[in-house]
Amino acid sequence: MTPDDPANNPYRILDLDYQALGFRCGLEVHHQILTERKLFCHCPAGLYSTKVDAEVMRHMRPTLSELGEYDPCALMEFKTKKEIVYLLNKESVCTYEMDDTPPFPIDQKAVDIALEIAMLFGCQIVGEAHIARKQYLDGSIPTGFQRTTLVGVSGSIPFTSHFPPASGGTKGGSTTAPERQIGIIQLGLEEDACREVSDMRHEVQFRTDRLGMPLIEVVTESVLHHPYEVAEAGKLISQILRSTGKVRRGIGSVRQDVNVSVTGGTRVEIKGVPRIPLFPRLVSIEAYRQKRLLDLRDELKRRGITETSLEFSIHEMPAERIHFRTPKLASALERGMRIAAVRIPGIQGLLHWEVQPGRTFAHEIAGRVRVIACLDEMPNLFHTDTDGEFSLFPEEQTAVRVMTGAKNGDVVIILWGPDEDVTTGINEVLARIREATQGVPSETRQARKGGWTDFERLLPGPNRMYPDTDTPPTIVTPERVKRIRDSLPEPPWSRRERLRGTGLSDALADQMLLSPFFDLFWNIRNETKLSANRIARVLIQDIRAARRHGGHPDRITDDAWRKLFAHLQCGELNWEAVPQLVRIRSRRSGADWMSIATKQQMLPLAENDWQPIVDSALNLQTRTKFKESRIRWLMGQLQRPPGRIPAQRVAELLAQKVRDNHV
Amino acid sequence: MSEPHDPEDYRGYRDPAKATLIKHKIRVWSDVKMDTADGVFEGLILPRAETENPFHIVLKLRNGYNVGVHVDRIHTVTELGYKKAHYKIPEKAFPYDPVKPNVTLLGTGGTIASRLDYRTGAVIPAFSPGELYGAVPELADIANLTTKKIYAVFSENMTPETWIGTAKAIDEEIRAGADGIVIGHGTDTMHYTSAALTFMVQDPPVPIIMVGSQRSSDRPSSDAALNLIDATYAAAYGDIAEVLVCMFGPTSDQYDLLHRGTRVRKMHSSYRSTFRTISDTPVATVRKGEIRTIKTDYRRRDKNRELKLDAVFDDRVTILYYYPNMKPDLIDALVANGYKGIVIAGTGLGHFNKPLYPAIKRAIAAGVHIYMTVETLWGYVQMYVYDTGRDIMDLGVVPAGNMIPETAYVKLGWALGHTHDREEVKKLMLTPICGELTEREPIDGYLIMQGGLPEIEQFLLKHRR
Repeated sequence: MTPDDPANNPYRILDLDYQALGFRCGLEVHHQILTERKLFCHCPAGLYSTKVDAEVMRHMRPTLSELGEYDPCALMEFKTKKEIVYLLNKESVCTYEMDDTPPFPIDQKAVDIALEIAMLFGCQIVGEAHIARKQYLDGSIPTGFQRTTLVGVSGSIPFTSHFPPASGGTKGGSTTAPERQIGIIQLGLEEDACREVSDMRHEVQFRTDRLGMPLIEVVTESVLHHPYEVAEAGKLISQILRSTGKVRRGIGSVRQDVNVSVTGGTRVEIKGVPRIPLFPRLVSIEAYRQKRLLDLRDELKRRGITETSLEFSIHEMPAERIHFRTPKLASALERGMRIAAVRIPGIQGLLHWEVQPGRTFAHEIAGRVRVIACLDEMPNLFHTDTDGEFSLFPEEQTAVRVMTGAKNGDVVIILWGPDEDVTTGINEVLARIREATQGVPSETRQARKGGWTDFERLLPGPNRMYPDTDTPPTIVTPERVKRIRDSLPEPPWSRRERLRGTGLSDALADQMLLSPFFDLFWNIRNETKLSANRIARVLIQDIRAARRHGGHPDRITDDAWRKLFAHLQCGELNWEAVPQLVRIRSRRSGADWMSIATKQQMLPLAENDWQPIVDSALNLQTRTKFKESRIRWLMGQLQRPPGRIPAQRVAELLAQKVRDNHV
Repeated sequence: MSEPHDPEDYRGYRDPAKATLIKHKIRVWSDVKMDTADGVFEGLILPRAETENPFHIVLKLRNGYNVGVHVDRIHTVTELGYKKAHYKIPEKAFPYDPVKPNVTLLGTGGTIASRLDYRTGAVIPAFSPGELYGAVPELADIANLTTKKIYAVFSENMTPETWIGTAKAIDEEIRAGADGIVIGHGTDTMHYTSAALTFMVQDPPVPIIMVGSQRSSDRPSSDAALNLIDATYAAAYGDIAEVLVCMFGPTSDQYDLLHRGTRVRKMHSSYRSTFRTISDTPVATVRKGEIRTIKTDYRRRDKNRELKLDAVFDDRVTILYYYPNMKPDLIDALVANGYKGIVIAGTGLGHFNKPLYPAIKRAIAAGVHIYMTVETLWGYVQMYVYDTGRDIMDLGVVPAGNMIPETAYVKLGWALGHTHDREEVKKLMLTPICGELTEREPIDGYLIMQGGLPEIEQFLLKHRR
């Protein structure tokens, strides 16, 4: 039974013993960097558009390796024989993106940014960066390979997790967990791929605007021990990248992939995770899936079914033999498609073997059939081992069993579609069952809403890279390294360390870490000894609010801010006035704080002067009879305009009035 | 005293990098652990590209990436192992089917198919039938393939000797019974060779198809395989017994064009669709086992036709693209250096400036053969229209109809290989052998569309290029 929360909360992980499972996870983060141009051509970076000026259609062929073998991932893509259509927009692509012009020299500003980031991650910097070709046959890059280069290796970052290895399990750890180092395997600079627009049957369409934009790739070692650590590590990496101020923001600028393995399982890559908070559930379900596949392997072994001993028979199911009324098959018959059944003895009960919450081994097979045989209208198969989404009408199920001579313990799987695709599909069904006898296949999987994953493609071998002879290597001189190292920004953990002593809340600390006002905050905190949280709220929240109201808070100089906090320090202004002051000042340059406060009647009043205001407010009529609401309304009234009376004192006064029954 | 070193141990490395390798007792293909000022790097030492600087050593790291390490920053090196690369490709027999036609593939250079050694990143040409079968298995469905490598040069290094050698090889293969010939050739000068072969191998009984690739064949996106498949089909089953160039039509993977060898030209430095027929339409399209003819006037396949081998060339020929203010001393220098033939690509309808006239006259008097073509590539020479044109003809310059300058260059060299008699040469030059001169330019022989116009943008949107 699934150890799952029935509420299917997308942020909640499965209740498993991750330590016992030997859960290991690593992150691969791709982040676009902020440059004017793309990496290997002179097109502008960051111009996204759905306008199409022209199309180009291509195919991809795999290249044989020296051993006479095709890289399995490449072969898989080739088997699908897809037509790949590239949608071109004149503003964002040139003939380089069309793969009709060789690359221009690599953008050196992008290399500088990559070197800076590599140093922040503690990497060793290479002497010469050689550009390699990483082959992709899914069509996402028109050349069939991505140009990628390594600038740093073997780095590490300090990581403090709330779920450190020692505590393990699903219990939360202590908040003062020891710090450890997360190894960074490599820091690379590469060109981004196209955006997929549609993928149906044998045609896939891509948009080329994003193609060629420079990306940083950060790859961690697979040392994360718990699903929640994965989110924490992802957050930390994001903070480090953003601290440079040189990465792109916005939708699509970051892509995170994770790899997951359990003891006895295989490293599986999961792509397409939209947000960091969704990681934990995703990786916990993957750990569960791997465990369940290992159990399935053991069950197959127990039943004596091996890779070589798998028996099967194939039976055609033309309309003359059986006129299906199950809707999908009925329509297939109408469209003149082939329907075929494959009977496999001994695997009764294994097709509805659960491998993810609500998903079975049949889904694993269906995923392969969908991608490799291009039978992508789901469900794309039926089988006789269930009564779920993969079942036929009962009488047809029986008929199929009879027609294929299925005995007890046999399962019949039915596929339909164009002739060749059905043949490919049957081969994939058998291949996947054979792989199940070995354990967990090495795959790349696609994340889906809800936290489960689906097959995307076979995991390419590490060796599908070879040098790009169109480009010369980039020499990284010691002078260049020194210049960049000397102007590195302060890393987030160093800032966080500094903030620790100030009493700043975690939420505000997270934001202040990356704020351009960090230095200002620090200085004011030290100079004035005002509450760190209050200062931070002004510099983060009040500024953001002012911007939302159409103001330009960036125009307020550091000096002006200093003056504001000086006024607050000596009581010339109350904190309650600040949000409105900031909003007004951000729309009107030149005016100083005190004159705005005077004009808006936001200056603090002496205590004697409060009383009449409070008394007159108490006499105001309100509609509500409820004391609570009346008190809140009164508080609000007394804060219009804000800043005259400190809110805390107002609350005290009103409480007193309540006790005296004047409210 | 130093030990003798196998030069292969340091392939591509020069001092100081080479000295560093020797000093640390490591060589190319050593698996090493390098302790440097920037940290530890582990990997395989690869050969160095000879054009790269001599200060770095290239390592292939375990993750597959190559990096360069500066020799000055290396502290110590430990050799963990040694794995020499052997680029031996396992042979797989190309299937033979007695029913299928026999096609011979002659290789002159360029890589029509290749394999990758992922371990080292090397790209290894695949050329034997067995290797080709592995890279492009579809060929076995089309014909029985024999392959012969006759040259291995970049196409800019082609010479009349290689043209003559290729012509003789074609003759030999056809006499041996080939049903079609495919010639693998670099694209840069394919149109020169196709013209030369048209003149040197006349009346072929079977198709002779030249093929290359714009994108190297190791790339998944390469046009190599499709070009090769379509070329082989055209050679095996096509009815067009001429020298043709088979390359991409549009830049999309839609079909190949079969261009007549005397009217084709490479028109873009890198586009897949770079080859175009000038002042005419291509002869046919070919794709996935289907040839659709566009022209109807072509020599048909005829096993009984006797081919005429006429492979000669006098290489004292040149092309002069006229530009304003070209000086007469250029012409005099050519004559003084022994040139016997000049093809002029004249401006407009075939002109050059007056100051050149005396030099031209001198050249012709000295026995030089001068022919006029158009620098605009498209269109006819027509030297009656302006009196300057008539004057140029009076000097003895012969108008060469609508021969493309490159084709005229090849033909003049070929003609002069037979004789230097002025009238004989003129007869050879002006008698069309296969399309290098045409009597009519079809209305769709010149179609250069400009980008940016609304009707063109509409067209592009509607069709996949």
